[in-house]
Amino acid sequence: MIAFIIRRLIQSIGVLLAVALIAFTMFRFVGDPVNQMVGVETSAAEREQIRKSLGLDDPVVVQFGRYVAKAASLDFGISYQFRQPVTKLLAERMPATLELALVSSAFALAVGIAMGVYTALRRNGWLAQVFQAVSLVGVSLPTFLTGILLIYVFSVLLGWLPSFGRGDVVAVGSWWTTGLLTWTGLRALILPAITLGLFQMTLIMRLVRAEMLEVLRTDYIKFARARGLSQRAIHFGHALKNTLVPVITIAGLQLGSVIAFAIITETVFQWPGMGILFLQAVQNVDIPIMAAYLLFIAFLFVVINLVVDLLYAAVDPRLKSTVTAS
Amino acid sequence: MSRSIRRLIATAAVGLALVASTAEAKTFRFAFQGDYKSLDPYSLNETFTLGMHAAVYEGLTKRGPNLEILPGLAEKWEVSEDGLRWRFTLRKGVKFHNGEDFTADDVIFSAERVRADGSDLKTRVPADAKFVKVDDHTVDVVLTSPNPTLNAEWHNWYIMSKKWAEANNSAKPTSASASTPSHASLNENGTGPFIIESHQPGVKTVWKPNPNWWEKPKHNLTEVIFTPIASDATRVAALLSGEVDWIDPVPLQDVDRVNASANAQVLQGPELRTIFLGFDQYRDELKYSSVKGKNPFKDVRVRKAFYQAIDIEAIKTKVMRGASVPSALMISPLLFDRAGEFKRFPYDPEGAKKLLAEAGYANGFEVGMDCPNDRYVNDERICQAVVGMLARVGVKVNLNAQPKAKYFAKVLASGGYDTSLYLLGWTPSSFDSLSILVNLYGCRDEKGNGGNNNLGNYCNPKVEELTKQVRMETDKKKRDALIAQVYDIVQNQEAGYIPLHQQALAWGVSKKVKLVQRADNEFHLYWVTKE
Repeated sequence: MIAFIIRRLIQSIGVLLAVALIAFTMFRFVGDPVNQMVGVETSAAEREQIRKSLGLDDPVVVQFGRYVAKAASLDFGISYQFRQPVTKLLAERMPATLELALVSSAFALAVGIAMGVYTALRRNGWLAQVFQAVSLVGVSLPTFLTGILLIYVFSVLLGWLPSFGRGDVVAVGSWWTTGLLTWTGLRALILPAITLGLFQMTLIMRLVRAEMLEVLRTDYIKFARARGLSQRAIHFGHALKNTLVPVITIAGLQLGSVIAFAIITETVFQWPGMGILFLQAVQNVDIPIMAAYLLFIAFLFVVINLVVDLLYAAVDPRLKSTVTAS
Repeated sequence: MSRSIRRLIATAAVGLALVASTAEAKTFRFAFQGDYKSLDPYSLNETFTLGMHAAVYEGLTKRGPNLEILPGLAEKWEVSEDGLRWRFTLRKGVKFHNGEDFTADDVIFSAERVRADGSDLKTRVPADAKFVKVDDHTVDVVLTSPNPTLNAEWHNWYIMSKKWAEANNSAKPTSASASTPSHASLNENGTGPFIIESHQPGVKTVWKPNPNWWEKPKHNLTEVIFTPIASDATRVAALLSGEVDWIDPVPLQDVDRVNASANAQVLQGPELRTIFLGFDQYRDELKYSSVKGKNPFKDVRVRKAFYQAIDIEAIKTKVMRGASVPSALMISPLLFDRAGEFKRFPYDPEGAKKLLAEAGYANGFEVGMDCPNDRYVNDERICQAVVGMLARVGVKVNLNAQPKAKYFAKVLASGGYDTSLYLLGWTPSSFDSLSILVNLYGCRDEKGNGGNNNLGNYCNPKVEELTKQVRMETDKKKRDALIAQVYDIVQNQEAGYIPLHQQALAWGVSKKVKLVQRADNEFHLYWVTKE
């Protein structure tokens, strides 16, 4: 098991290097950072000097080598726009993104599983039909549209919830900040969490429903019925448990994409997380932030994959041998 | 589930009512599309940032609501007979936010710092100006040649504390390529009406009024909170829902919606920036054109034909929804007294065709055009309109519209001025024509020395000569005559550029708030009052 984890981590370094290399080649096409850093009247000679001091004149290979060497010690350089260390900026923004991602995933899981089970058990009930219709909307509407719709209804028309920002936050420990402990923070979280979680929610709902229907047709459920077990025990003790393996895979992998795709939700709600930092970095050609963010996301996916593999083993003992053997 | 949501909504509504009743109404919240990045007043020469600095920092001069120059930290100033020595008398009893007294040493220090490497505002103070301390509250500025516009841009050359900057390792400006963050980019110590309580760049900035400010405040605020909101729709929603009291900009398509709402309106006014088209008049063969072996834009008839092919009124009504002022000059009429004497070439597609035929392009030609799509109001749509209008006189334009980061990387010096025809905007930072004469009309070399932003390198020795005289002339009337002469040559005789319009400012303002909208688009907190 330990060897498996170590092997996975070593593979992840390869993945990170590949991501860094691809990112670096792409950065040559996003524009000239120096023009974004100075006012229009800055003379040509001065621009040239800034470019030189940033090392932008060096060949890409040299820049890449320098970057990897520094990144190995977690030094991702200084943001061009903010003139602050990128590590510090990302650390400041990370709690916002992770909190949003976790809350919306929890929302998606809880509501998605509940709705999935319900629609599977009461296939022809009118509420189940409504859930099905809602899920169709959730799958097909793009995030930015849902976000703007929610803002329009709940902030502008009804005036119930804030349209942007994270509300008041409290510091927990040395670097984490949380909005979960304040009233304004909780209120600010509702709309973005729904927006971000809606897609996963419908996905999970449809997945649970399909799996559940499948499982309910199997022989051991029939036997369970024949043995006279209560409906409750059959549905939740046997059927639901056996539908959870694919759900965990999807939910786990989706957590990665929830964090990565929080970019759009964060932009719509001006949520001060890493995603909006990244998007603005792209607009301003802030290469250090872009590179560090992409690496972070790549790392996140590697870790999540690993965790999902380990969780499999916990849920389904049959998989333990394959995990240890691979 | 639906019941739990209903309960949630009910509690949220109660919470909102509570918040509304307890909060004092003097908190002013506002949102801008971009960030307030560095607090270092010399790091970035950009309109919004400079206006924000004015909440905490002050210059020797100020600009009033109509851009008139007013005394700031200098009570008064006088110029010697020969124009080579300016004497500034500094205000007494002014204190920095940390309690230090403001003295002549701070002015001299700030003059050095603003011209040091890494400063983006070097041009605010001429390199040859020597600052001499006469006593603690008098400073002489000694020049090598007369300069009538010496203090024209000093309202946003902000004075910093020498002691504070030196004690905090910030004696040099936070340069664009600094490898360590500077104290001055995250903290402030100005003399201005507000004190920054917290600043998290890109997230939130909070100000409290400065109780020891030397002037009687015109604002009535007890707290100010700034949040950037990048998304247009969200920014407008935040204004309409009353969560913020001021936004900039309001997208043109939302202006009517905001005006129709109960709690906000759009404050529109002419901006100083002029949007214009420029030609490559330098290369012997255009980089992007079907014409080979020669450059059609070197021919004044072709430039004039392009000018006359453009229906500026159509751009105003269709593209800008009325929110623009067509311009005959490269400068706003607010900034040049004799602007009224100049007229645009009339819209005349037939005349344009004739001119093209005379120049030998009876069948038109093809040319590439560069345009930003996220820099100016409806920039890409203006370019598309121009493409259509030029098509009517037989010129086929291949439009390349891209985000500003890519656009500027291509067309500015760093990209080798890689363009044949382009759209650009220019605001003269000194509020004076000289900025245009130097930056847009001045000849440049390949690397951009000289008229750095003269992308197409319009170059005329006669104009260069006149620009030199404008620099030195101290008599306003004679100076204006020289400037008018330059405009006559470049615009009327040579059609060196095609000025299009001044776009309109569009601020979204809550009806509870009164404030001043200045044409330079700097937003100043010290004029804000809230009911």
